[in-house]
Formats: sequence, structure tokens, C-alpha cells
Amino acid sequence: MSVTDVRSATGEKLDELARGPQPRAALIGYLPVGFPSVPGSARAVRAMVEAGVDIVELGVPYTDPVMDGPVIQAAANHALAQGTRVRDTLLVAEQVADAGAPVLVMTYWNLVLRYGVEAFARDLAAAGGAGLITPDLIPDEGAEWLAASDAHGLDRVFLVAPSSTPERLVSTVAASRGFVYAASTMGVTGERATVGERAEQLVADTRAAGASRVCVGLGVSRPEQAAQVAGYADGVIVGSALVRPLLEAPDEAAGLDALTGVVRGLAGGVRSAVRAPR
Amino acid sequence: MRDVLRGGGPLARHEGPYFGEFGGRFVPEALIAALDELETYYRKALADPTFSDELERLHRTYTGRPSPITEVPRFAQHVGDGVRVFLKREDLNHTGSHKINNVLGQALLVKRMGKRRVIAETGAGQHGVATATAAALLDLECTVYMGEEDTQRQALNVARMELLGATVVPVTIGTRTLKDAINEALRDWVANVESTHYLLGTVTGPHPFPEMVRDFHRVIGDEARAQILDETGALPDAVVACVGGGSNAMGIFNAFLDDPQVRLFGFEAGGEGIASGRHSARFSGGAPGVLHGARSYLLQDEDGQTLPSHSVSAGLDYPSVGPEHAWLHDTGRAQYRPVTDGEAMEAFRLLCRTEGIIPAIESAHALAGAIALGREAATWAADGRDPVILVNLSGRGDKDVATAAAWFGLIEPEPVLKADEGEQL
Repeated sequence: MSVTDVRSATGEKLDELARGPQPRAALIGYLPVGFPSVPGSARAVRAMVEAGVDIVELGVPYTDPVMDGPVIQAAANHALAQGTRVRDTLLVAEQVADAGAPVLVMTYWNLVLRYGVEAFARDLAAAGGAGLITPDLIPDEGAEWLAASDAHGLDRVFLVAPSSTPERLVSTVAASRGFVYAASTMGVTGERATVGERAEQLVADTRAAGASRVCVGLGVSRPEQAAQVAGYADGVIVGSALVRPLLEAPDEAAGLDALTGVVRGLAGGVRSAVRAPR
Repeated sequence: MRDVLRGGGPLARHEGPYFGEFGGRFVPEALIAALDELETYYRKALADPTFSDELERLHRTYTGRPSPITEVPRFAQHVGDGVRVFLKREDLNHTGSHKINNVLGQALLVKRMGKRRVIAETGAGQHGVATATAAALLDLECTVYMGEEDTQRQALNVARMELLGATVVPVTIGTRTLKDAINEALRDWVANVESTHYLLGTVTGPHPFPEMVRDFHRVIGDEARAQILDETGALPDAVVACVGGGSNAMGIFNAFLDDPQVRLFGFEAGGEGIASGRHSARFSGGAPGVLHGARSYLLQDEDGQTLPSHSVSAGLDYPSVGPEHAWLHDTGRAQYRPVTDGEAMEAFRLLCRTEGIIPAIESAHALAGAIALGREAATWAADGRDPVILVNLSGRGDKDVATAAAWFGLIEPEPVLKADEGEQL
């Protein structure tokens, strides 16, 4: 089965937004499962979608998240300390599958290996999940996942970075389904004053390597940054800026209010963007 | 020396990225270009006599190689009747351990790559000290990540690194030990990979590190092989080493991998015992998984979350192990067994008292392993010869004197100062 034979839930959503009456990029929001609690994370995801997030990224808390900065690590550590399990991710995915946004799971690879690659793909598909983002799995190491994602109709979002060579852009694009995740900068997750200058060029290079959809993550936290990225990318991925209001709030209700406010701002930014012609 | 980096037969020359089903490159895409660059420079260096000549000169004039082998007959009496024990004396190297072999090799590569900054992780501090030393020697900027718990266990080595001009960053998240120091070093590397080389200290991590670090340590085994042949006229019956990440063990094992008559034993930290759950015994208490860029044996829970490891030795306190060791374990070419904290400390004391050598606590695990081989070893005698065990004494115990003195009740353990809420220390 080739990549094009499998339906892509996130790809269809991105295409729908790009081809609508007011073409625009997607806002993609990341939240870790189990933070502030397992049911609380499901409520936060619903609040985020209602406030304007188009695609959900559910993070699986992990003990050794080398691609994450301090905000997401703090939330993940809290979730693990509360006893959050990998299977809670599937539970939350199932609970929010009808919220109106495709649900991708972002996970470090050992958690899937331990669950069983085929079993995880089967159970994620059964829960209504759209696919996986794998920050420490490159396609070169992903044969088992490529097969399982084909078998279960799941998206596989691989990352490209400013350091990716033209050859690697081509091979990563070829292995991806849904979209390609362009890391805006060399670094880990976190809010930054400016989105990496090399992001726009990386999106252009990734498109030139054959990608039909490229979304940008790492460092986006403010509406004007979202607007800027939405001008050239198919999606704007925000993580730490959504986790922070939940981390800093005195209780869950205040956290959801603050999260809603941040998402509305970012959604406004995405909608205000001037789309560059593809 | 030109052949030292890649001598031996097919097992010894095995190249990554995979050792059987182990190894690989499970890292963010952002690091792949740097790993490719490193591999390219490494392969060119292997083929370039000026590189091995320069490394050999440094080993001869700076490290103090070759390190001798020492027969330890009074210690051997505690192993078994008629068993001869020889130590490969990596403790006599400049900076006090085998770590300098790999560090000088990688530092020369850094100069070739034109990078100006190195970062490193360290547990017991020996790799950090060696890296800070090479950085001073070759005029490189150096940052060393060290778990906060380890900075307390190994305060003397922190001071050494700072005297040598390195910046030591205590890591305060996670388990605050070697594992988390590696996480922080990887985060730094992702952000600064264009100017910075991650001078990884052991035979784990993404390809090409396991293979490259092994090759830089092969000098241990090559020297020891020639020395023991010279002393005894035969290859040893067993080669014994401690295994944390596994660099000293891989360095000495490699020269004997293609000699099937030589038994290879790796001793990992059994901590307070496998049943206690407080140990670093990946082969006895772990399962295959991915951590820090490589697939290998790993201490993990049923979800795949990394479990905390424990050892009296900061240098063995690591939840995974080099992928080539995982391969040697699964193929049966080497055997891996746990040694408890208590057994290691008894062996530590024994070597001090019988031979006048204070070993690193890491190396004391190998010594305890040799003692545990006792009766087994007595059956190995061949051709009327006494059985011979070669132990890699990977480092000296200067850094561990405070830990050992507290263990044996010679001094009061220093209280770890902790602030109550709101209190300033």
C-alpha cells in the first residue's frame, strides 16, 4: 500500500481549511495527557477546540523528553507523578474524538515500542485517533511503524529541521502522511520572542522536496507570531504557550479560562494572516 | 598504533549502526546531520595515518600509555587456589581512568570538524574531568552536565573540572543522575549543534558513538592482549570488566572477541540486590527498549517509562547499556552478571589491603566479579596451566575515598544540606 492509498484525517482537515471560502492555515494545539489530571486534560482539549484549535496534538508524558523545554517537562512530570499511564492517552483520544478536530498523538518512541507498535496503532485507530507525531523516531528507524500505520490508516508526522539536508527532506516527506512538521529552529519546545528565521525557508524547501502540507512548530506563542507563520505554512503548532496557563492557574476552572483566552488570540492571529500563494 | 583503531577479526570490526537488533539512531531529526558529519569525519580519520599518529603521540606523551598490567597474587588468593589474576592498569592514566582514551580521540576529531565547543555528560565525574582536560589541552570551550546528586557524591571531581576551565551544570530535574545529565546534554546539542560537539563518554547513544567510542578504547585490549601473552605465554582464560554504559568493558573485550577460548564477563551494578528494585542491572532486571538514541537493554516499567537506577557507584548508575553489549549478551559471546554494592565494597577493601591499590568503585565491581568467579575459574585450567583472569581496572579510587570512608565507618557521612521551605542556606 502506498502513502496515497490511505485516507489522512489531518490532511483532509488541512485541505478543507486551505480550500474553504476564506483559505487559511490550521491552528494545531498541544496538550499533555494527565495534566492537570486525566479527565482534566480531556476537558482542556475540548475547551481548546471550542476556542479555535483545528487539530489536536495529545502529548504522552515521558520520563526523558529530550525534545521538550521546561514548561512541557513540568507538566509531563506532574502527569507522571499523578500516575498517568500510556493507555490514558487512548482514553482521552477516545473522549475527545468527537470534539471537532482530528487528534494526533505526540509520543517518544519507547512508549510505543513497549506497548507494541502494531497494538498501539490498532488501539489508537479504534479510539478514533488520527496518527502519531514522533519526535525521536526518524523514518530510517520506522519500518515497523510505517507498516502498522498503513495497516490501520493512521497519519505519520515526521519532523524536518533547519539542519535537514535536501536528500533527507525528500526521504522524510516521502515517508510522512498528513503533514510534515517543520521545526522552526534548532532547539527544544518553548516560547520564543521570535519564530526561527529559517522556518519560512524550511517550509519552502520541504515543499520543494514534495510535501503538500507543512506545518511549523517550536517557539510560537503570540497571535502576531501565529499570523506570521500562517502566512507561509499550512498549520501553526503551539504547545508551551497553551500549557503555561494551565500550569500557572490556581485551579482548573481558572486554567481553562486562561487557556481559552490564549487560544482565541492565536486563532485570531491565524485567521488574520495573509496567505501567500502556494 | 595505526592498526589499533580497527584491529582484529570480524566480531571486533563490526560496524554500526546496528549490533544485531540493537543500536540505531533514535534521535530528533535536527541531530541527524551532525551524526552524519561525525561519521564522515570519523571514517576519514580512520583512513588517515596522521590522525592515528597524532592520537598515538598524545597517548604516549600525555596519557602515559601503555598502561602496565600488574599481577595481584595476594588478591588472587581470595579468588581461588591456583588462579592467577592480572589487572590492566587504566587507573594509572592521566586523569585517573580509561576515559581519557576516548576523549582525546574525539577531541582531535572536533578540531578536524572545526567546532569550538564541546559538551559532555558525566556521572562519577571521570568522563567530565577527562573532557575538561582535553578541552584545556586543545583550546576548546567546555560545558559538562552532571546530575545534582552526582555533584554532591563527586564534589572533588566538580572542583577538578572547574579548575580545568570547564563550566559544570548541575542537572536538577528527573532523577538528578547520569540519565538526566545526558538528557540535558542532548537538549544543548540540539540547540547548538552547528558550533558544538557532544563528546559522549560511553559506548551508547546514536550511531556512530557506540562504534567510535569502542574503537578509541580498543587500545586497552590490544595492549593487555600483548602484555598477557608476554607474561604468561597464552591468552587469558577470562577477561572481566565492570559495565555501566560499557566503555571500558568494550575496549578490553574488543581485542578478544574473535578468540572464542577467552571468556568475557561484564559485571553490572546489582545495587542493593535485584529483588530490591534498587539496582542498575539492565541484563538481570531490564528489557530491550530505546533510550538516548539507541535500542538496548533498559530499566523500564510496563509502560516504557525509564526506571530510576541505583548504585553505590555514580559511574554505574545508568538505566541503559551500550547496544554492542546487548548484542554480545543475546549472542552469548559475553556473560553479564550483577554485583551488589556490598560485594563491590568488600572487593574494594580487599584490593586496598592486599595489593596497595585503591580502585574506583566502578572497577571494584569487576574485582568482586572476579572473586565470584572463584570455583568456576578453578575448573578452567588447561594444559596444566593455572587459570588466568584479566581484570580491567578502569580507574583509580581517589574520587571515591569519601564514599568508601563513609561506607566503612571511618568518617561520618557528610550531611546533605537541605533547606526547609523559606529557609536560605
